[in-house]
Order: sequence, then C-alpha cells, then structure tokens
Amino acid sequence: MAPATPSTHSAISLNINGEKRTLSVDHRTTLLDALRERLDMTGTKKGCDQGQCGACTVLLDGRRAVSCLQLAVAAEGREITTIEGMAAGDQLHPVQQAFLDLDGYQCGYCTPGQICSAIAVIEEHAAGWPSAVTDDVRPEAAPPPLSADEIRERMSGNLCRCGAYVSIVEAVARGAAETQAMTSADLPQTEEAAA
Amino acid sequence: MKEFGYQRVFDVSGAVALLDADPDARFLGGGTNLVDLMKTGVERPARLVDVRELPLDTVELMRDGGLRIGATVTNSDLAAHPEVRRRYPALAQAVLAGASGQLRNMATVGGNLLQRTRCGYFADVTKPCNKRVPGSGCPAIKGEHHNHAILGASDHCVATHPSDMGVALTAFDAVVSYETADGPGEVPLSWLYLPVGDTPHRETDLPQGALITHVTLPPAPVAANSRYRKVRERASYAFAIGSIAAALDVQDGVVRDVRLAFGAVASRPWRARAAERVLAGAPADAEAFAAAADAELTAARPLPHNGYKVTLMRNLVVAELTRLAEEATR
Repeated sequence: MAPATPSTHSAISLNINGEKRTLSVDHRTTLLDALRERLDMTGTKKGCDQGQCGACTVLLDGRRAVSCLQLAVAAEGREITTIEGMAAGDQLHPVQQAFLDLDGYQCGYCTPGQICSAIAVIEEHAAGWPSAVTDDVRPEAAPPPLSADEIRERMSGNLCRCGAYVSIVEAVARGAAETQAMTSADLPQTEEAAA
Repeated sequence: MKEFGYQRVFDVSGAVALLDADPDARFLGGGTNLVDLMKTGVERPARLVDVRELPLDTVELMRDGGLRIGATVTNSDLAAHPEVRRRYPALAQAVLAGASGQLRNMATVGGNLLQRTRCGYFADVTKPCNKRVPGSGCPAIKGEHHNHAILGASDHCVATHPSDMGVALTAFDAVVSYETADGPGEVPLSWLYLPVGDTPHRETDLPQGALITHVTLPPAPVAANSRYRKVRERASYAFAIGSIAAALDVQDGVVRDVRLAFGAVASRPWRARAAERVLAGAPADAEAFAAAADAELTAARPLPHNGYKVTLMRNLVVAELTRLAEEATR
C-alpha cells in the first residue's frame, strides 16, 4: 500500500534568544529564512545559502551552526541564539566590542556571522577542543594557545569578501582575552543582563 | 525544492519502520549534505525522518580497547573525545580537517559515511551524470576532472568520495552496524561501498531503508602512533585533492605494523593494502616507503588532468611514514 501523502507544513515553536516564538512553516523553510522573512530578525545574514560562507551562523544549544542548512522545523526544541541575543542590554558582548574597537570588518555584512562564530570558537578553545592546526591532538598534550594560526583555522568557515581578516583575527584574540578576564574576575554579568 | 513531510523519531525501530513504509523517505541527520542537495534538486525526498534525537550519540570505550561510536555523534564531539584523540589520533585529525566548525557541529558520523560526491556534474541537474541519472553519461571523463579518481574508477564514473573521517576509519578496520525493518546487520567499512563498474548510482551495500546505528573500531595499538594529512587547494575549509591516514609501529628499524588509507583518489576511502603488504617486515626507511607507495599506485589510471595525484600520493606516503617512523623511535 502506498504511504499516505504526508503533511508538508507544521505549526512550530522556536526558542530564540530566550523568547518563545510560534509560527506555521512549510517544511522547506530554513531556520535562516524563518528568522529573516517570518520573524523580522534580519541580524542573521544570507550569503551563499549553501553552507559555504558562514554569514548565517547562529548558536544552536550553544554551538555554532549555519542556519541556511538547518530546517526550521528541525530546530524546534533547541535553544537558538542569534546576533540579536549576544549583548546584555546596552552592554555589548566583549567580542562585539572588540570587533568595533579594532575595525574587524569593512562592509559589515559577514560580521554577525563572524561574531557568533568567534564567541563559539572562544568557548570551544576554552573547552580544550583541538583544531586542524593543533600539532598534538592527544589529550595528554598541553592545550594549544589561541594563536593567530589557531584563530585563522577555527574561523575558516566564515568568509569575508572585503578581506578584513587581519583585523578579524585581532578582534577574536582580544575578544578571547576580554572574555577570559571577565570569567576569571567573575564580573557582575547577571546584573547587566537583568538591567 | 520539492515539498516534503517531516517526522522526528526517538527510537531506532520507529525510524526504520517509517523508511520501510515509504521508499521516497530519507533519514535526516545534520542535514549539511542532504538539505544542500534538496535545494539544488539532486535529492527529492517525499518525507524526511529526523534521526538526530535517537539515543545513538555516545562514544563508548569497549573492554577490549576499541571504540563504539554512535551514528548521531557529531563530528565535533567525535574529534573532541579524549579516547579518540588518545587511541586513534589520525581519526581526530581527519575529522578536524573536514568542513568548518559550524558544519562539524551539525554533521553526524552516519551521515558522513553516506554523504554524496562533490563532483560538479553530479551537483548540476542540467548536466548528464551516471550516478544521478543512470545511463545519461559521464561528462567528467572528457571535461573537468582535475580532482577526480585515479583508483578504482570506471568508464561510467570517476567521482571521488569526499569524506576525511571515512579515510581514517577505513585505515583502522571500522565495522558499520545498521538496523532494518527485518533486523540488524553489519558490514566492514572497506566493503560498504560497492565497486563503481557500470552501476555508479548504486553506492553502498546497505539494504534499502537501512539506518546506520554504530561504527565500531577494533582495538589497534598501532593507531596510537598515527597521523592524517590532507592536501587542498587552499589552507583550510576545502575538500582534499589527496589525503592519507597512516599508522606505524617500528621495532629495531623494522616495520612491525602499518596502516595506510588514501582519500580523494577513489569512489570510496581507499585502503592501501598492497602498500601495507610490501611494508610488513621491511626496513622503516624512505626507500621502502616509496616502494610501498609504488606497489599501491601501479593500479592508478589517471585521466589527462589528474596525473599529479599519483605523484602527490607517493610523496604523502613517504613523508608521513618517515615522520611517523621518527616519532615511533623517539
């Protein structure tokens, strides 16, 4: 017996930057298109739409992912963080501030994806994840410092057509240092977030 | 993109029952290859069965020292796992050499093995392709093939398998476990991919509707001294033009155990067994390494624009085995 024709739409609920948003989607809708076209959250950018440029990078359950290859219906139940969710009120995330202070962009189109990716890179590195340029990946080896080479490799999924890479690498390095300083000093982030 | 149904599944038996009932259904893992191919019309499933939440997301250390890797483990989690990095460092390196951080967070082990070739003719639905439309022809043979196969190809298809992970898994004798509506089965990874012949559209030995559930690595002490090296046309975030997974154990200057597999040279990860046979008991020096590479590469049938791969793979074998020999005796 031929299988029943399946429904091609679903009513879904997405958890975006801590807020629940409900919408009905055609299953073909990517998370990127749901954010931009359905929810008016245009901070996430569409570059190649085929997973090759990183402009659409968001965090899913805290890990960076390209929203152009993520179906919206399959993102239900996951914690989605976009560039709009990175600042604590008026207080920019240290990585956002570093990109501003060091001109980590030219036209700015790839910047939201660069920043989302960089925030995740800093966490991945802090968690001890090796990269393709880490000489010794064995867990007994000392974790590699977040050198310019490590940053370039770890950020290689984010293309910048203006070629602002020199400043981007500097901004990621400063963002990492600031994030580490904040974490170790245990600054009152929660007060900022509550403000 | 063609419209499709979507169902999320939470147990393996439910997943395989859905595929058994609908031959036009596909499993959706990370979606990094399937969703992309659906956008271009290469894949046109009527239904997606989302397997990402199946309880197959752990890497277990077995009592014998091997590893049992769940099919929904992400590339990122596999490469970060301490036992992978300690016991099979070439596997961690291979995974880290593939794609980008974003894609590695999404992509899964099962999906990695079943990803499709990146041949430009396969990806372009306006062009003939025997893999996509059987009998339509292979424009790559007389066209753009500088990054196509030199080993095991045929007059019908010269596409390569794009996986890095699969090259290291092949070197370490991985076994693929799967489930079907009729029960479970398993197949060594080196037999999973079918010979190209005149049926390039038939890629694997898996029964219709089968779901890969695990990949098991038997214990391999030699793998503790292993490396993956990937050569590409840019420094990062690109598919290989040639790659190698190598492991070497040396005692008193003689090869005691060796594993070699090549990537980006064939329709499957290529286990270099002829080279391994030449090296068994041979002196661990550059001359023996080059002889081993030549033994493997005599079977190479390069096309007009990819002959460089024969030289590249020979050089990779010598370079990586020389480095591993130094590290083994350090």
